[in-house]
Amino acid sequence: MAPKGKIEIDEELCKECGLCITVCRTDNIAFSSRLNSSGFHPASFKDNGKCTGCTLCAVMCPDGAIEVFRA
Amino acid sequence: MKKVYSRPKSLKPTKFHYCPGCGHSTVHRLICEVIDELSIADRTIGVCPAGCAVIAYNYFDVDMIEAAHGRGCAVATGIKRVLPDRVIFTYQGDGDLAAIGTAETLHAANRGENFTIIFINNAVYGMTGGQMAPTTLTGQFSTTTPFGRSEKLDGYPIRVSELLAQLPGTVYIERCAVNSPLNINRTKKALKKAFLYQMDNDFGLTMIEILSQCPTNWKMSPPDACRWMEEVMMKEYPLGIIKDVTAIKGAE
Amino acid sequence: MHKKVLMSGNHVIGEAAILAGCRFYAGYPITPQNELAEYMAEHMRKTPGGIFIQAESEIAAINMVLGAAAAGARAMTSSSSPGISLKQEGISFLACDELPAVIVNIMRGGPGLGNIAPSQGDYFQATKGGGHGDYRTPVLAPAHIQELADLTMDAFDLADRYRTPVVILADGMMGQMMEPVIFKTPPPRQYDESYVLKGKEMGKSRFIRGLILDAIRMEEHNWKLYRKYQVMAQKEVRYEAHLIEDAEIVIVAYGTAARIAKGAIKRLREEGYAVGLLRPITLWPFPEKELREIAKKVNSFIVFEMSTGQMLEDVKLALEGRAHIDFYGRPGGVIPTPAELAKVIAYKARRNER
Repeated sequence: MAPKGKIEIDEELCKECGLCITVCRTDNIAFSSRLNSSGFHPASFKDNGKCTGCTLCAVMCPDGAIEVFRA
Repeated sequence: MKKVYSRPKSLKPTKFHYCPGCGHSTVHRLICEVIDELSIADRTIGVCPAGCAVIAYNYFDVDMIEAAHGRGCAVATGIKRVLPDRVIFTYQGDGDLAAIGTAETLHAANRGENFTIIFINNAVYGMTGGQMAPTTLTGQFSTTTPFGRSEKLDGYPIRVSELLAQLPGTVYIERCAVNSPLNINRTKKALKKAFLYQMDNDFGLTMIEILSQCPTNWKMSPPDACRWMEEVMMKEYPLGIIKDVTAIKGAE
Repeated sequence: MHKKVLMSGNHVIGEAAILAGCRFYAGYPITPQNELAEYMAEHMRKTPGGIFIQAESEIAAINMVLGAAAAGARAMTSSSSPGISLKQEGISFLACDELPAVIVNIMRGGPGLGNIAPSQGDYFQATKGGGHGDYRTPVLAPAHIQELADLTMDAFDLADRYRTPVVILADGMMGQMMEPVIFKTPPPRQYDESYVLKGKEMGKSRFIRGLILDAIRMEEHNWKLYRKYQVMAQKEVRYEAHLIEDAEIVIVAYGTAARIAKGAIKRLREEGYAVGLLRPITLWPFPEKELREIAKKVNSFIVFEMSTGQMLEDVKLALEGRAHIDFYGRPGGVIPTPAELAKVIAYKARRNER
């Protein structure tokens, strides 16, 4: 079954606060091992096939770094 | 796939200068979402405070002016009286609104000035490095209450919303928070209702108090800060409508 | 041209302001300027588009004026000495934000709460910036009621032309006394509207700010303001020279003190003393060049103020040791008589001759 949703995270805007991770119900976001230009490990989309495009992460993200797509 | 959520148009594509997990930028985004949904970007004027949000004009793609510390409501009064058909909001922190600007706030409310106060309550002076705010909780540590806020020595936390609700000039006051998606959505609804009221009327102050996490000065991780707000701060500052004499039912 | 009417100074300021297109006034009661606020309360609300607000404090009033100025209105506030101290925050912000506004100070005796009698103790505050930071405000000092009317109208034009707060510095006597006045019909307002916040409408969003964190850019802003002040210093100096041509002694005095000086000069001339008066009408910019010009012929100056000697410093700076300077002052709300001043000047003249 094709995933219902996906997110795109602007890694440059991310400040590694982790709030998106705490609200994701499908455990689909994790910190990246990369560093962005501000020295943060940005959140990145795991794309585990369970994303529903619920938008909770984007609503929670203080930095407006997340865009949500839904099928 | 269809894009279902992205940054609002009125929010400039600038990276926020706020600390990781700060509630300010969430509130900025919500205000911009409301401005876009009401199509009022062309006639909105915002008043920035002194404090962390002093350069909020870098983020809002609407006309903005900076006010001196505490004087937001006086500046907004001047603008709104001259331009009554514009949508005016002040964006003020707890120190700005509830300490140095108490007189300006209270009297703007008492005159029933027809603008919207967006009051960020994070129980601390953020910009200056975490000193006690009028809203700091009893027992809470800050750089100027190193042994915890003492009621006897430092006074009590002020509930500004309840205070202003006493005045006949205020029409709608709600306390919200930005510590969870649910509370964030409620905050947006409240902001929209306040703006709608302002647009349809020529009298009456609307204020949305927003509990906002300050992980840096609370010395907590952002998720812990959101939890602390829920478990501790909301005991002192319960969420909900404090006053509503508008006829507007649940803005969507 | 309007008819000649008899009005008190405070009322005249209000009427002149409204005629000049002032449509926003915020004030707070303090003696001896109350009649101005009261006049505005009645007449602003009778004027279409006129806004009067009795603010909760002088600080709120000046910040309301700042908001109104940013929204494009001709705006004014007034107070008296202690209240003007409170307004300094807002005046500094207006200067930094480059917003036009008119601030009226009907001075009273100070420092502290002082009293409600006419005084000239706020000269330093008015002419040296007054609030924090590196700025100046043009300061207009009327000496009679007709001039009060004319300068009030001019103040709004100056404020617009240079996008700056302008101070009208008068004292309790000017505010309270009545004289005949003919109001002029001022020219229509001309100003560059580009700074006015109206909502971005179809254009780009704008902001008015005073916070410039980058020191180099803040320095640039300071020099920009400074250049503006230099232009004002070149173009906007005003003064009255009274019986200077044959004078051997020149009194330097402004406002109410200059009126007293004129009375003293009349007596002194009758007694054979060749005394003249230089009356600065703009206290900032100060008529320095004009003073130096007079000093080419006159070696004896006497500065007379209703203070312990504030303008005295500007006179000394202007003359740079070119001439002998005496001072006579009555601070704290005392209004000396022309006879008293004449006596003092005659005494000093005899002493200096010895």
